[in-house]
Amino acid sequence: MIAAHLPALQIAVPLIAAPICLLLRRENLSWAWATFISWVVFALAWVMLEKTLTGGAFNYELGGWEAPYGIEYRVDALNAFILLIVAAIGAVVMPYARASVAREIPEHKRGLFYTAYLLCLTGLLGITITGDAFNVFVFLEISSLSSYALIALGRDPKALTAAFQYLIMGTIGATFILIGIGLMYQMTGTLNMADLAKRLPAVEDTRPVLAAFAFFIVGVCLKLALFPLHLWLPNAYAYAPSVVTAFLAATATKVSIYVLYRFVFTIFGQSFSFDVIPLESILLVLSLAGIFAASIVAIFQTNVKRLLAYSSVAQIGYIMLGVALVSVAGLTASILHIFNHAIMKGALFLCMGAVYYQIGSVKIEDMNGIGKKMPFTMFAFVIAGLGLIGVPLTVGFISKWYLITAVLEKGWWPVAVLILLSSLLAVIYIWRVVEAAYFKAGDSDDVVVKEAPVSMLIPIYVLTGASVYFGIETSLPLGTAAEAAKQLMGIGG
Amino acid sequence: MAWLGHFNYWIFVFLMMAGFYTVIARGNLIKKIVGLNIFQTSVFLLYITMGKVSGGTAPIVPEGGSEGVVYSNPIPHVLILTAIVVGVATTALGLALIVRIHEAYDTIEEDEIQDIEENANTLENSGGQAS
Repeated sequence: MIAAHLPALQIAVPLIAAPICLLLRRENLSWAWATFISWVVFALAWVMLEKTLTGGAFNYELGGWEAPYGIEYRVDALNAFILLIVAAIGAVVMPYARASVAREIPEHKRGLFYTAYLLCLTGLLGITITGDAFNVFVFLEISSLSSYALIALGRDPKALTAAFQYLIMGTIGATFILIGIGLMYQMTGTLNMADLAKRLPAVEDTRPVLAAFAFFIVGVCLKLALFPLHLWLPNAYAYAPSVVTAFLAATATKVSIYVLYRFVFTIFGQSFSFDVIPLESILLVLSLAGIFAASIVAIFQTNVKRLLAYSSVAQIGYIMLGVALVSVAGLTASILHIFNHAIMKGALFLCMGAVYYQIGSVKIEDMNGIGKKMPFTMFAFVIAGLGLIGVPLTVGFISKWYLITAVLEKGWWPVAVLILLSSLLAVIYIWRVVEAAYFKAGDSDDVVVKEAPVSMLIPIYVLTGASVYFGIETSLPLGTAAEAAKQLMGIGG
Repeated sequence: MAWLGHFNYWIFVFLMMAGFYTVIARGNLIKKIVGLNIFQTSVFLLYITMGKVSGGTAPIVPEGGSEGVVYSNPIPHVLILTAIVVGVATTALGLALIVRIHEAYDTIEEDEIQDIEENANTLENSGGQAS
């Protein structure tokens, strides 16, 4: 009867695997173990997504305690989809990790690295699957604490200050979330999400609920790095080890966005979030400001990982813009872009990891002429970069298309124009890298730079391939995103 | 004088803002962690306060049955126990990072660290690769 316990296994497997990984000690063993577990987790997530798409949402009572008293895991189309994204990125990144980690992390820390990675994976999956508000906080801290440690493993001493800054801001965010959840509990006497959704409308005019909402939204926006609360993100992504950057950029902020969806739409409900409090105007302004400010800052970066990190802040702007539309079409575009951005950014950061592996730097001026020396890596970078711009036949085009359609459905054509203009900024920052890689002669010919090892190229091409494949054959992400959006908006499902 | 009835909440708000201010305003990394601790502790107080039922005792069944016994809500206590553990872990990790930062930069003052980082940036840009 293992099928009945799928939701629990999804969390229990990586959680129990983490201390075992610590005991393995040997670098290769712990890598193999972490890779194996990542694939098991991916398989579990896949089976659960299939199950929700065919049979609808299902619940799991942890330890057999009934729902409002015990902790409940609830899987529906939305979080099964997010689970799949997190698990898939983990499964793709781990085979890549071996070579990259061997280059970037001191030998005695490698076993610990994989342990922290498994804990981070557990936390991210846990936030997504749980149906209990306080459980969200607990898993959030599991994933955050392990990601602070992972970021601090970067070779540059700046990784330490970046991790510290993230620790301060992340903890403030998490504590705000804790205050929000506490106030919600105070007013309703329950922590179960479904139960909260039922009981909150009765007390929604009270000041503690308003305060809870405010604390919660600010806390989550800190975690998901919505402009102008993104200050921790660029340094953390720029100086973390390449594997960590690729994994976190594709998953961590996305999971926080899921938490926002869940609380804003399912728990507080649309009428409270958007009629009582004008959340959509706040999000609209901040996301547009974020798209432009971050894209412009990205143009002036000399460190490509930092450039891509600022681009992530801009992309989060697109995702939140979809939320600000408060329509099924807008949410579909938003959820779709979570998936598409995870693929593209994962691929881009993996490419930069391969470049760092070979030349020990990710600065633009050190990448002159690298297109000839590392043709496969840079070709993948160009393809994934085109996706970021939103060129047709890539996933980036699909998400922008649906976002603009959703915006026009609302009749906000100036916003649609702004989205198109902001894509031009993406052209500029991607072009700067492409220009250096292909059109500038390398100045140090004495250094022999070869292509990255195959174990790194395959994961890069899996993600790059996915970014083209899902740009043409959109039925899986689009169908799931549309279904999830309908459920969030309370239509059908 | 109704506001006196919310005495605990005033303390919560005061501690929260004091801690938050310390985190933002202090440049010394240890002081930042201290501020963060005060900030987190204030939330513990909030949870404990909300669990209190006036006149209530500890939620333990006394000898001779629990008939008519008023007791405090134990759930916030349990929740905050988890949050305390999280707080301890965060503090430990923060302090560990500070030790590493001190090893790397020889200072734990934020502005001095920033100066060192900026100097490193300009050196790298003028002096070619320094990995």
